[in-house]
Order: sequence, then C-alpha cells, then structure tokens
Amino acid sequence: MQTFDLEAEGLRALNSALHALKGQTNMTAWEVINPKGAHAIAAGVDAPVEITVRGSTGYYCAGMNKLATIRIKGSAGPGVAENMMSGTVIIDGDASQYAGATGRGGLLVIKGNASSRCGISMKGIDIVVHGNIGHMSCFMAQSGNLVVLGDAGEALGDSLYEARLFVRGKVKSLGTDCIEKEMRDEHFLIVEDLLRRGEADAKARPEEFRRYGSARKLYNFNIDNAQSY
Amino acid sequence: MSDFPRTPPRFSATFTPAVNAEIRRAAASGIYDIRGGGTKRHLPHFDDLLFLGASISRYPLEGYREKCATDVWLGTRFAKNPIHLDIPVTIAGMSFGALSGPAKEALGRGASEAGTSTTTGDGGMTEEERGHSKTLVYQYLPSRYGMNPDDLRRADAIEIVVGQGAKPGGGGMLLGQKISDRVAQMRNLPKGIDQRSACRHPDWTGPDDLEIKILELREITNWEKPIYVKVGGARPYYDTALAVKAGADVVVVDGMQGGTAATQDVFIEHVGMPILACIPQAVKALQDLGMHRKVQLIVSGGIRTGADVAKALALGADAVAIGTAALIALGDNDPKWEAEYQALGSTADAYDDWHEGRDPAGITTQDPELASRFDPVLGGRRLKNYLKVMTLEAQTIARACGKNHLHNLEPEDLCSLTIEAAAMAGVPLAGTNWIPGRTGGF
Repeated sequence: MQTFDLEAEGLRALNSALHALKGQTNMTAWEVINPKGAHAIAAGVDAPVEITVRGSTGYYCAGMNKLATIRIKGSAGPGVAENMMSGTVIIDGDASQYAGATGRGGLLVIKGNASSRCGISMKGIDIVVHGNIGHMSCFMAQSGNLVVLGDAGEALGDSLYEARLFVRGKVKSLGTDCIEKEMRDEHFLIVEDLLRRGEADAKARPEEFRRYGSARKLYNFNIDNAQSY
Repeated sequence: MSDFPRTPPRFSATFTPAVNAEIRRAAASGIYDIRGGGTKRHLPHFDDLLFLGASISRYPLEGYREKCATDVWLGTRFAKNPIHLDIPVTIAGMSFGALSGPAKEALGRGASEAGTSTTTGDGGMTEEERGHSKTLVYQYLPSRYGMNPDDLRRADAIEIVVGQGAKPGGGGMLLGQKISDRVAQMRNLPKGIDQRSACRHPDWTGPDDLEIKILELREITNWEKPIYVKVGGARPYYDTALAVKAGADVVVVDGMQGGTAATQDVFIEHVGMPILACIPQAVKALQDLGMHRKVQLIVSGGIRTGADVAKALALGADAVAIGTAALIALGDNDPKWEAEYQALGSTADAYDDWHEGRDPAGITTQDPELASRFDPVLGGRRLKNYLKVMTLEAQTIARACGKNHLHNLEPEDLCSLTIEAAAMAGVPLAGTNWIPGRTGGF
C-alpha cells in the first residue's frame, strides 16, 4: 500500500505519481490521507489501480478516470468522476452537483445522496445512487444508465437522449421530453446487474424500479414543440 | 384618371424588400432562419482604421531587406510547454461534423506549412487533423462531444470555450442531415437527429468554478499545455479580467463577425459586439491587471487581410484567428460552383446554408460525394499561400511604420476614418487628436 499524505506532499506530487502508473503495475494499492476537500484529487488516472481517499474531496475528484477504482471514504464535491472513461468510483457519503457529468464509461456509485444535475450530459457511464438525486439530473443525458434507490428531484431527464433512468422512489417531476416507459426483461437485467456492482443488491430489488426515457419528440425541430425548447 | 405624374413607388427604409421577404418566409414555414457564417450587417471594422506610416519623426524599415519578425509565443504564463508559432495568424475552431474530414485535414496541412496552429471544434479530435497539424489546439466545449483525456494529452493546447462571437450566450446545433455514422459515433448520439450543444458547461458555473476547472485540466495534462479561454464579444473587459483571474494562459475574444456552422440568423445579427469594440476593452483589462503580453490575447471575427492582422496587433492583440477566411481560401463560396449555388437558391459569396450539408464546394458537408470534390492537399496549399500573403502584407505595413516586429505596432500608428471607429478602437479621428469619450474636442 502506497500511502500519500496530500496535505504534506501536495496535489501536484500526488497526481504526478498516479499519472506515472502506466498499464500494468505492481503498485496497485494507494491510499490518500488528509484530502481536506482538495480539488482534482486523482484526476486523469490511467491505470488499473485501487485508490482510497480517506476523507472528503473537493471538485472533480477522479475526473476523466480510466481503469482505476477510486473509493472516497467521505463525501465528494462537485463534478466527481466527470467525463469518466472507465473504471469505478465509489463514494461512501454524498456527492455534490454534476456527479458523473458527461461520463463516457465506467461505474459511479454514490452511497449517500447526489445533488442537482447528477449524470448531466452523460455519454455511457453507469451511475448508482443509494439515496436521492437533486433537480435537473440527467439533463441532456445521451447514453448509459442511472439507477436511483431513493427519490428524484424536479425535471428529471430534461431534453433526454438515449440514457436509461431507473428510479425506485418518487420523481418530483419529469423534464421536457422525458416519459415513463415500460420495464422490459432487459431492463430488469440491467438494474439487477447495476445493483450488484453498485453494492446495493441487499437494499433493493429490480422490480421495485420504474424506467424513464426519452419521448424522442425533440430529436428533430418541430415548430409545434416550440414551447418545449 | 389625371394626367399628372403619379408618385413613384417608394420602398420603406424599415420594411425593406428583404425584411418583408423574411416575414413571408417565417409566416410560411413557422421556423426561424438558420444559417452559417457571421453577421452580414455593416459594422465599424478594421476598414475604418488607417496606418499613418513613417514620417520625419519615425523612419521606416527597408522592405525585403530589413527584418520584420512575425513569431509569437502563446501560453507563457503557466504552461510548461508554451506554443511558439511562426506567424500570428491561427486557425479558429471548426468542428468535424460542421466540416468534412478532408476539410479538417486541409486546415491542418495549410496551418502547419505556414507555421501556425489549427483548432478542433465541437465534435472531438479527428485523426485527419491531429495527423496533419503540427500544432493543434483542442477545444473543451459545453457539449463535451468526443471529449477524452487521451486527446486532451495529444493536443498542444486546450481552449475552454465559454462562448463565440457569432452567438455569445448560445449553444450550438448540428442538424440531422449532417449527422453521418461517423459523426454520430464520435458524439455518441443517434444518427440523423438534430444535435443540440449546450450553451453552458455541465460541471461549472462562474469564474470561481472556472479556476478550479482550469486546475483540473492542468493536473490531468501535468501542467504542460497552455490553457486558452475563449469568449464571445459581449463584455470583453470583464470577461478578459475574469479569465485572467481564473488562471488562463491565453484569452481568445471573438467578435460578432466570427462565423458559426449554424445558428439562428437573429442571434448572429443581434447579439454581441464587433471585434473593433472588443479589442481595446480586452487589452485594457490585461493592462489594468499588469498582464498585457504575459497573458496573450488572440482576437477573431472578420479578419481577412494582412492589414486586418496588423491593425488587430497594433491595438494590442498578440495574435488573430481566422475561420471564415480560411474556408474561403480552401474554396468555399467559389464562383466556379455558381450553377450549383443557384440551384440551391443562393449565389457564390452569399451561400451560407452550411447546416444543410449540401455545400457544392465539399467543405461544409458530410455527404461523401460532395466531400470527394475537395482535395485536401490542394486546399492545404491554398491556405498556406493565403496565410503567407497575409503575413507579408502585415510585415509590409509594419515596416512602413518602422517596426521590426509585428508586435511593435501600437495604437499610435493608427488613425480612424469615422467617429464610431475612433470611439471603439480608441484611436484619434484622422486629422485630429480626438478620441470620443477620452479626449475633449478637436
């Protein structure tokens, strides 16, 4: 285990060390202590390593992550795992705004609640939230899956493209062009898989979820939809 | 009937035939006009400025014999690897999607041969442009289409796009007819749908967040790449100051003459400020912060000639960027395609329906047949030639002003032809020492 004291050694040294890990390495276990809300912790990692951050993080922790498994033993600030490409990010606490924004792959697990705009513009990432999510989540979400064990705030999935949204609790309101859709067999399998990989299979069952997706009415401009734009 | 002459028909200056035609078009179609390019209205511009040239108090340099340097450094503030260009004319961001793959290749070829940079656009980085661009600036846009850390690291600089001159405050759109399989795959969206690009970044708002976003991008790229911040010409003083505060290495200010692949005509024509009004404000912000020449300023929007380049630099810019002019150099709107422009209801030099993907010149299209008309090698050569001519023109003017480097041009080398230009550019009206709003009387 490589232990890195962020307060003592600084962000640049941490990320330099992590970026130096290319491809396969035997330095696979890293621990970051004293994060104290610093920004951009473990941003841009590109190696199959496990990084545990012991404490809460600021903006953009695990930003653009590739391959790494990053565990945050605290809460995460805005933009956690933004534009993640692959790998896994697991947050024990809550996540602030824009969690998983524009993420293109990998799995983001938030064991607490996620704030507004969770999964905004997501492009292939899978997100599992054990608690609730805030307003405008999955705005313009393009692809990928969002599984929410709790409730969703206002305007879920506004201007949605092809992302699939699964919510177990209440949805305060759906955004423009977002509608409830039938849960088919393939959707139960997606939720089952994500609950298992999101460490939530003991908390919920796939049949408890409802699916939301795009009505696809905004895909090509139509003047009669002008009030929706 | 009287034999007296009738009052001849008189057209309204308000309801002109063009205005009336647009009303009829809107009434018939129910949709606003969408087009490409920049504003077409008359604006105070570089044509309203003149150089004074040398005289008894200043002596000129000998053309072709005495050196007038043209190089420029960009990104010297924080980046480990600032960019050094041979000429201060760069190629602005234009997307693959809006442009064909061969057109992007030609931009890379021409820019590289002329010793300057080119820029990606809203759609990610293609192999054509990376492979043919010695210096490639990677745009970081609100849509994040195609965004990935590998391309970020393959770039030579990163340009965070907050806005653009054609539509400050607006997002982008790429209509379904231009969404080919490849474009759809790069942008992770279904083929054939209208693609909307967000007007705001998804994971930050405001200058304090921008500072943290810049930090993240620097960390991911190990502080190697210059970070540009591009803004549309709206509030150039404050936007420049805030970009500097947020940690930008380079600020890019794009006036309303700057083009777009497609947006509403009403947006293009009625939002933003001309570049002439933007440059002095941006320069003043840098000077007030003690950052002029430390944070470099690139300006764009309506740059056409070496004279425009020289005037922009004389007002305090470090470099310029061209988009529309580069496309014309490649062959866009060439009269040789006139019959086809006519068939599309347009004419050469006025064709702006780039969003429809039917460009006869094969540049602003994804149609394989049309795109095959365009030769990227020839296009690149034409762009290189044009860039070289612009540079020679700027040097000619600079030597006439007694400058041995384009960056030594200064506002004192200029005068204005109109009161409006004098006020905007902050240089005296010709024959006077009057700058409206700054100096009193004649």
